[in-house]
Amino acid sequence: MTLFQASEIVKNYANHRALDHVTISVPEKSIYGLLGPNGAGKTTLIRIINQITAPDEGSLTFLGRPMREEDVHQIGYLPEERGLYKKMKVGEQALYLAQLKGLSRQEALKRLKVWFEKFEIQDWWNKKVEELSKGMQQKVQFIVTVIHKPRLLIFDEPFTGFDPINTRMLKEEILNLRKEGATIIFSTHDMASVEELCDHITLINRSRTLLEGPIQEIREKYAGNEYELRFEGDVNLLTATLNSRFSILEHTKEGNVSVLKIKLNDRGTPNDAVRILLDAGKILSFNKLTPGMNEIFIRVVSEAGEKEAAETLTETTQN
Amino acid sequence: MSKTGLIIRREYMTRVRKKSFIILTLLTPVFMAAMFVIPVLIMSSKDKEVKRIAVVEEGGSLFKGKIHSTKYLKFEYLDNMPLDTLKKEFDQLGYYAILYISPKLTYIPSAARLISRKQPSLDVVTYIQDALKKEIEREKLLSYHIQNLDKILKEVETDVKLQTIQISATGEEKRTSTGIAMGIAYVGGLLIYMLTFMFGAMVMRGVIEEKTNRIVEVLISSVRPMQLMMGKIIGIALVGLTQFFLWIALTLAIVTAVTGVLMHGPDQGKKIAPASFFSAGNPQSNPLQENTISMEDLSQGEQLLTALRSVNWPLILGSFLIFFLGGYLLYASMFAAVGAAVDSETDTQQFMMPITIPLLIALFIAMGAFQNPDSPVAFWGSLIPYTSPVVMMARLPFGVPLWELILSIVLLFLTFLGTVWFAARIYRTGILMYGKKPSWKELWKWIRYKSF
Repeated sequence: MTLFQASEIVKNYANHRALDHVTISVPEKSIYGLLGPNGAGKTTLIRIINQITAPDEGSLTFLGRPMREEDVHQIGYLPEERGLYKKMKVGEQALYLAQLKGLSRQEALKRLKVWFEKFEIQDWWNKKVEELSKGMQQKVQFIVTVIHKPRLLIFDEPFTGFDPINTRMLKEEILNLRKEGATIIFSTHDMASVEELCDHITLINRSRTLLEGPIQEIREKYAGNEYELRFEGDVNLLTATLNSRFSILEHTKEGNVSVLKIKLNDRGTPNDAVRILLDAGKILSFNKLTPGMNEIFIRVVSEAGEKEAAETLTETTQN
Repeated sequence: MSKTGLIIRREYMTRVRKKSFIILTLLTPVFMAAMFVIPVLIMSSKDKEVKRIAVVEEGGSLFKGKIHSTKYLKFEYLDNMPLDTLKKEFDQLGYYAILYISPKLTYIPSAARLISRKQPSLDVVTYIQDALKKEIEREKLLSYHIQNLDKILKEVETDVKLQTIQISATGEEKRTSTGIAMGIAYVGGLLIYMLTFMFGAMVMRGVIEEKTNRIVEVLISSVRPMQLMMGKIIGIALVGLTQFFLWIALTLAIVTAVTGVLMHGPDQGKKIAPASFFSAGNPQSNPLQENTISMEDLSQGEQLLTALRSVNWPLILGSFLIFFLGGYLLYASMFAAVGAAVDSETDTQQFMMPITIPLLIALFIAMGAFQNPDSPVAFWGSLIPYTSPVVMMARLPFGVPLWELILSIVLLFLTFLGTVWFAARIYRTGILMYGKKPSWKELWKWIRYKSF
């Protein structure tokens, strides 16, 4: 089921178009990666989902019906540029922000207590925010983002400013929240965490969607017919036989072990390759190579850039 | 509690708990009370030290016994003491001053000198001048050989004190004091001007703080920008009102306490006491002697208090409250828009013009209104909303028709609603914009952006 959908969103600013017919559809209980280079329009899209700004065109659907103003209570948002009132005490501030999300004072107090215990930060309750380190502030900020148990969570670069231990803890919390039924939109440049956490992604570049879908499908799609094989045995015999039907891209040796990167072409299947290997020596592994999200990201974005450059070129020559 | 209510509460609580707020709230009444009490104090209490003044008259004894000693001022007529000796032994003799009178005094006004170590007080100088003048005048009149001169003089002696009476539409007469009216007009106008700036700037700083803290994005994912802006404006208005009421209450308390002690205190049980300084030793001896000065002095202090009491305080304070609120709300929304348009307080200059200029104009008009409260400039100034709070407060103590007052208030609050609409549109776009300082043209674009 789709929890949230934004269809054909257009948003213009004074001198440029920030979003150009962008559509995203976020399945319930998914972790949805919102990717794209800086200035692609991610923040604008997030602000539109939060109803901070209005789209010029397009529609927003939440739980299968048009989005309403009070849906902000169902959304938790951790902006990339985060901040708290520096002079205000931690507890008081958390209570205030929780109440702004529609919780009663008692309920907010109860839940804050649980979270503060979980993160072992009870001692901070009466401290002023300015006395905390940046990482500590991030923890407080995370708590106030999730305190009202929103159906939809939006994290914009959530891991910046965290040390590896806290990053680990935060990732676990995010997965926990999903387990408890939350849907998460996750905007980041850190492709490793995308691979680790996300199940769906959208890649936006220059105000337009370049890629959309489940991450596995996308990786499959971008996987060329490339395999890595490791074996012990007669390399020369193998290369001689392989060369006729497969192209060898790389060949390295780690001690006795030979590592080959091969590309299948239309004349051969993986099974053919294995069959040849059986005679050549001892197979240690045979893997299909799927590209990392990092690679896909760079490839897709630069291809789009080239295409656009080519288009501009044709336009100028035509003129 | 509604979200706007929550915001109002936060804005209010964080501010009234600040040390600066508490200090300002407690200290200002002391100054305000001082403004009321000190004039009364000066008028009713005088220097109590007994001063001896040696009188030396060269070549004559025209003024012998004519300058009367008072309780605190003793004149000693020295017949045969040369001035130089007196000057030399000034300190040993323990005189406060030496009054040297030349015989030329009857035709050269500056022929008398008062020689002293310290600068003599104005009271002493005035008293001596007065006595010498009266005596010379008397001598001159005597030279006309008019019969029963003393009696005639006593009879013609007059004193004029202009009483100003305001007549209301219903024919009721009210004794007024122009001085008091001006004082109130001045304080009222200036206070509105200052408070509008002070609390308006507080709103602006609050907006900038939220923007530079980057908390604003978290906030407006929970509340509408309009709620955030109005919550802040109203919260700070309540801070202002709290301060205002505390000021009034504390000032009243201090004034009442101090004047109570001053006027009816045990050490000055007799009202006459502080004023008897200049009472002449023997009032009958010289009918020309103005010996009612002392009574005048006392009653000036009392007059001031009576005049202060005669002011229509409920009207003045009530209007002050309404115009302060109206003016504040009007300007605070503009301040909020300016705060939203910039990244730091140093960048605000460019956009402060539409705020500072009308307020300054208002102050100038108000200054003129003290002189001529019914001039066309003052009249229009007190109706046009951007200047009306300051100017109306400056006109009010001199009497303003009710319809003008009501029209001015209605216009003020209508303009506030219009201004808030514009300000909110700049605000909601501005709070999310960082980096480049926007131009006026961009602000205009922001106003026209589609709202949610």
